[in-house]
Amino acid sequence: MSTSPPRREWPGATLARVPYWVYGDEANYRAELRRIFEGPVWNYVGLESDLARTGDFRTTFVGEMPVVVVRGETGEIHAFENRCAHRGALIALDDCGSTGKRFQCVYHAWSYDLRGALVGVAFEKGANGKGGMPESFCKADHGPRQLRTATIGGLVFASLSPAAPPIEEYLGEAVRARLLRVLGRPVQVLGRFVQALPNNWKLYVENVKDTYHASLLHTFFSTFHISRLTQGGGVLVSPDGAHHVSATIDRGDDRGSTAYRDQGIRSESDRYRLTDPSLLDTVKEFGDDIQLQILTVFPNLVVQQVYNALAVRQVLPKGPGAMELHWTYLGFADDTAEMRRRRLRQANLVGPAGYVSMEDGCVGGFVQRGVAAAEDALSVVNMGGEGAESQDTRATEAAVRGFWKAYRAYMGY
Amino acid sequence: MLERVSRLNAEYARAIDDDRLEDWPDFFTEPCLYSITSADNHRQGMPVGVIYADSKGMLKDRVAALREANVYERQSYRHVVGLPAILGERDGAVRAETPFLVVRIMRDGTMALFATGRYLDALVEEAGVLRFRERVVVCDSSRIDTLLAIPL
Repeated sequence: MSTSPPRREWPGATLARVPYWVYGDEANYRAELRRIFEGPVWNYVGLESDLARTGDFRTTFVGEMPVVVVRGETGEIHAFENRCAHRGALIALDDCGSTGKRFQCVYHAWSYDLRGALVGVAFEKGANGKGGMPESFCKADHGPRQLRTATIGGLVFASLSPAAPPIEEYLGEAVRARLLRVLGRPVQVLGRFVQALPNNWKLYVENVKDTYHASLLHTFFSTFHISRLTQGGGVLVSPDGAHHVSATIDRGDDRGSTAYRDQGIRSESDRYRLTDPSLLDTVKEFGDDIQLQILTVFPNLVVQQVYNALAVRQVLPKGPGAMELHWTYLGFADDTAEMRRRRLRQANLVGPAGYVSMEDGCVGGFVQRGVAAAEDALSVVNMGGEGAESQDTRATEAAVRGFWKAYRAYMGY
Repeated sequence: MLERVSRLNAEYARAIDDDRLEDWPDFFTEPCLYSITSADNHRQGMPVGVIYADSKGMLKDRVAALREANVYERQSYRHVVGLPAILGERDGAVRAETPFLVVRIMRDGTMALFATGRYLDALVEEAGVLRFRERVVVCDSSRIDTLLAIPL
């Protein structure tokens, strides 16, 4: 006799405690795919600039659901499940391409228009007067699931739920403004990489929202005197907790601070300087003093401005203990050759080999392995208090608590 | 030339696999280009690299960061480098393409095929020593397992 596992109980009301089972529980993971990724959220699915002409498409995922994102015949962008209505095979096999006006499944040649509607069934009337589909078969009744799409700042989002509010409302005014601060004009893709991470997707999202760890784990920052918590900046958390923006502002007022040395933090060092400081030859390109801005859109998007290194990162869950991070490095279409070179150099800061982000690729795995036998224990997320409100310091975990506030609302915990 | 490039590749791989990373920048000229990209990016003419250094100083900084700043689990590589194809000369440099395979050995003993690809090189002679003016590492896959700390 089989019994379904008992529904987990969330331990208490505080946002400052998170149970470790949430990173490994299989049933909880399945529920996340349905309630969050397939729920009333906007998933980032790609860039408008990748879909320049009618029929240009990219394939990606919403949670674990394979989707096709395509430029339609009247210029709008469509997204639909990448699953043939017939036997379930992938409709589009390539990462990207241009399909003309139809997609055709390779298995039995059923075809779909650019909206994802089934428009052609091979041998629908049979062959030589025999076989074929029954009279009652109606193509309009069959087709992959279609998603709503929305665009902002050249980013394409998709949602399976009619309940997701318009994207502007979903982001809120403050996050929207900070998104458009960076993505305010046409981008150019400089390249793409996929990073496979050995941890639950939430550990990566928490890490990105965790402004406290940056200059402690990423000792390149402090070793080479680039960024410290003692500098200006803060964290903006959307009212529902879902999205965040963190910023570092260099006012030069922390130069005399000995906070790191006083606490014996290993990142403090006066011995090292860059041999080639051109790595950090930065120009202010957004009309303000913000050196670093990290922005997240719940559940799966990170928009990054680290000096002049720009990228979008798409978080894709791959089971309870694995995920992929899809990096797309960006410049702007009107960049000068010098600016392009600057971006390529500064790209060293981020990505799978990034001076200040390679650690993020393994620290999630350290937690995943660390909590393997701690199902009943709770992590402590108390830096900066208990709440999830915006703060004018980065020595806080407010945005992490915001994530759990939104997560619990979507999951019903 | 085939023998000289082969010997250079052998010394290069040995320096990395023996954890003599401090020797690694000296395989390059000043200025130079060292970049790690994927076959996809390379085919599409995308310029970005997961590592991108256009001076010997940047290579030295990479080593200093690995030794002093970056955090990653102890690991080492075993390079298996194939026979170079000498593609002729351009802009005063010998062009060569060499396939490689890198196995990564982790702290806990896990051995895994970490990267395969080809080195696209521009080689010049400096005072009788053959050095890389350009080494573009084109990985066959655009997927990187967790992190890329040690250079390929």
